Amino acid sequence: MAALAESFGRGAMTNHWVDMKNSDVILVMGGNPAENHPVSMQWILKAKKERGAKLIVVDPKYTRTASQADLFIQIRPGTDIAFLGGLVKYIIDNELYFKDYIVNYTDAAFLVDPNFKDTEDLGGVFSGYDPKKKKYNKSTWKYQLDENGIPKKDPTLKDPNCVFQLLKKHFSRYTIDVVSEITGAPKEKILEAYKIYASTGKPNRVATECYAMGWTQHTVGTQNIRCMAIIQLLLGNIGMAGGGVNALRGESNVQGSTDMCLLFHILPGYLPMVRASHVDLKTYIKKTTPKSNDPKSLNWWKHRSKYIVSLLKAFWGDYATPENDFCFNYLPKLDDGKAYSWYDLFDAMYKGKIKGFFAWGQNPACSSANANKARQALSKLDWLVCVNLWDSETASFWKGPGMDPKKVKTEVFLLPAAASVEKEGSITNSGRWLQWRYKAVEPPGEARRDAEIVDELYKRIKALYEKEGGAFPDPIVKLNWNYGDGEVDTKLIAKEVNGYFTKDTTVKGKRFRKGQQVPNFVYLKDDGSTACGNWLYSGSYTEEGNMMARREKIDPTGLGMYPKWAWCWPVNRRVLYNRASVDLMGNPWDPERPVIKWNPSTKKWVGDVPDGPQPPLALGGVLPFIMKPTGVGTIFGKGRADGPFPTHYEPAESPFKNILYPKVRINPVARIFKDTPVDKLVLGGDPRFPYIATTYRVTEHWQTGLMTRNMPWLLELEPQVFVEMSKELAKEIGVKSGDKVIVTSPRGKIWAIAVVTERIKPLRIEGHTCHIVGIPWHYGWRWPEDGSGGDSVNLLTPPAHDPNTSIQETKCFAVNIKRA
Amino acid sequence: MDVKFTRRDFLKLSIGSLVLSSLGINLEPVKAYAKELKIKNAKETTTICPYCSVGCGIIVYSKGGKVVNTEGDPDHVISRGKLCPKGASLYQLANNPTRLLKPLYRAPYSDKWKEVSWDWALDRIAKLVKKTRDKYFIYKNEKGQVVNRVEAIAHVGSAALDNEECYILQKFLRALGIVYIEHQARI
Ligand code: SF4
Repeated sequence: MAALAESFGRGAMTNHWVDMKNSDVILVMGGNPAENHPVSMQWILKAKKERGAKLIVVDPKYTRTASQADLFIQIRPGTDIAFLGGLVKYIIDNELYFKDYIVNYTDAAFLVDPNFKDTEDLGGVFSGYDPKKKKYNKSTWKYQLDENGIPKKDPTLKDPNCVFQLLKKHFSRYTIDVVSEITGAPKEKILEAYKIYASTGKPNRVATECYAMGWTQHTVGTQNIRCMAIIQLLLGNIGMAGGGVNALRGESNVQGSTDMCLLFHILPGYLPMVRASHVDLKTYIKKTTPKSNDPKSLNWWKHRSKYIVSLLKAFWGDYATPENDFCFNYLPKLDDGKAYSWYDLFDAMYKGKIKGFFAWGQNPACSSANANKARQALSKLDWLVCVNLWDSETASFWKGPGMDPKKVKTEVFLLPAAASVEKEGSITNSGRWLQWRYKAVEPPGEARRDAEIVDELYKRIKALYEKEGGAFPDPIVKLNWNYGDGEVDTKLIAKEVNGYFTKDTTVKGKRFRKGQQVPNFVYLKDDGSTACGNWLYSGSYTEEGNMMARREKIDPTGLGMYPKWAWCWPVNRRVLYNRASVDLMGNPWDPERPVIKWNPSTKKWVGDVPDGPQPPLALGGVLPFIMKPTGVGTIFGKGRADGPFPTHYEPAESPFKNILYPKVRINPVARIFKDTPVDKLVLGGDPRFPYIATTYRVTEHWQTGLMTRNMPWLLELEPQVFVEMSKELAKEIGVKSGDKVIVTSPRGKIWAIAVVTERIKPLRIEGHTCHIVGIPWHYGWRWPEDGSGGDSVNLLTPPAHDPNTSIQETKCFAVNIKRA
Repeated sequence: MDVKFTRRDFLKLSIGSLVLSSLGINLEPVKAYAKELKIKNAKETTTICPYCSVGCGIIVYSKGGKVVNTEGDPDHVISRGKLCPKGASLYQLANNPTRLLKPLYRAPYSDKWKEVSWDWALDRIAKLVKKTRDKYFIYKNEKGQVVNRVEAIAHVGSAALDNEECYILQKFLRALGIVYIEHQARI
């Protein structure tokens, strides 16, 4: 999500599932919808059938999505940037970019500080690299500003310091020959893919891209996606129906849980988490509110003060007043520059710094990379609370493989939770649609809804603090918590999330009474007169009722936006950045697929909810990427930790050289954990682990398998962990399909059943044969109960991570395989 | 002819053609009659699949407090009645003999789970949270800046919860001063 936010302003799928039917070209790379998002595939197939769309699949293995493709290309895991970088070069060299779009709606014409140096100048690193700290000083990664503080531009795109020319130089050596050598893919196929994809640089042709964990789980994960974002901007495919960069998210509500910011670095609605240097609310607002001097930039985040104050009001209600800084100091503060991410968490736990731990609807003993570290870390806890539908490898870790319960001090609670059909509430799908679910039955036995468990725990902890006092009790005892006396009423929570007026107020000429629901976030204020749990969801539960529960099947545009089906953030806008789908006069680039259109006589937009009601750019309106202070799509991504442009680096455990930058083999700022004995990594490969492994999912299982390994129908279809390999490798190591094998990595070993297929083929890389194997990650020792499913592949995966997101490199690591 | 297909054969066979199981099988005509009996007079509620993020619609039929049938929601604008094997198995999530029914507790150094009451478990957890929080609360960091946080308690989860649950969960955790808050989005 970090890459999408950097490029376009918001970290979410730009379009939505049904919209894929509007595409002319669909590139699936880093994902596999036919197997992992199966029902979405009908929209891709519809585009193929009805529009004659072309489907291109690029993947380390032949998938069921590939089986439907017009063109399938197998590449070596971890070489996506080489492949995409070659496409950037192809588009630029052949002038296939959408010139009007990039000049007006992206930073292509912006001039960059002349002191900025590219990887081409410095042999693989950007200016500002500090090899000791393995970090960049980004002071030269900036635009040149004019006397008004607005970026200087060269609309002819000729200035050698303009972003477009820098991009051209950056990828100048990503020739088809080089791409083929790095990826292992044949040149003709690469060229064919480039030709098809680049054909969408015209206003009336649109391509979309679908990715998932196949792109994020790399030491260059963020830059994989950045590279695609750059391509989509060059071709003018963002904001368009059938366009976008679409993150296909893995869990039913991972979009919602991210929007609600169950993450260390953000507060609901993507407000930055408070840091120690934010000594008061004023400082927080000043330091985190982006500024823009460009009158054409809407710079939406300028409203930050309204969102944070409304959040504080939702948290601490009447206690939050202007006099006490709206209880700003009740929020915990992170140290500046310090990460508290998943792997920092388990590192701290392993080192004994964490005493108590909640694993709520999650199974880190199987889902955490280098899972052995996570499992051992759990044994250092004083107490552990697990909330789940089933017992898990996490809850029962103390009796897991290699554990002696008599030596494990951890006190463990396992609380039974209700399933989705046993409660009421909303979830947000990948396309940002909030859909409401109803309760069908009561939970079984004594199982309880998660909301109720949170409520009970909160009330009991509050009572203890009220009775006994203790450390800093105010944020707890004064917390605004009114969700019903007996059972928690989810609708009351949904209403708080939407926001309400805390007093009689007039906003934008409209009178509102105290207690009335806020119509949407445009009405939020920073004076304490509004409370709102998540500004992004404001509009989801208004005075008109629960918008998320809507089920009207009307589709006025015919583009599949269904504006009255459920509700979509923000403000029911179905296609993000839709102001980029029109020209400067507000006419759609593609009149056949108009997401929005300016009606000059009524002076209003028709179609989707536009990114701001302002008129088109040429008629005094605003730039299309309203969440970016520049107002435009970002090619020069100066906010990333590892460089403004994506660069091909080898995966941490790759045995191959980096032929583009021989001196800088892997991402120079990759996060690598190494200071505990269990953090093992073979940088640059190791002959003891000669094969490259990648993890994936199967249709019949989900995540660590906890919600599928217990389902007899699903388990029967995919009963145990397997390792998929080519015929050539099988022959080399003397195994056949169905044999039990032992897979080892520097971190551990598991058994698996060999599945010998034609779906993975060995590649020739740098004169060597490169064998790739694939292992699904859904298994664990606890279920099935007889252990016949095997254990988690994450026992093998490495402690190497993306420097922006800290996501692990589970898509490419070194293993060995032997007959059991 | 004696044909025995293992899952592996199935995988092999599937190459080159999209197998049904990954696109959703329409069993309606075959099962229509049996289902009619089952869902007669049943309560009908709509839900959204709890697995992947497509957000397919499912109709749940329940009778006497039991889920008696689940099937793809034909009115749903994204899924149009189709489900993949996971969504199609929702029935087994609601009717599952291995689900947890009672709070379980494992004492330090014990080798087994013990059933406990909710009251006991929640009170004990509340006490442990308070004890840990009080002991390790950090008012100021090394630089002397006010930070009001707890690093000794951590939390992960969850993308499996509803939005409303996620919201009150993070509100609760942040009110306690917890900063190690993470979930599936990171991994
Ligand atoms: S039915 Fe399958 S495709 Fe649809 S949401 Fe559920 S898991 Fe995803």
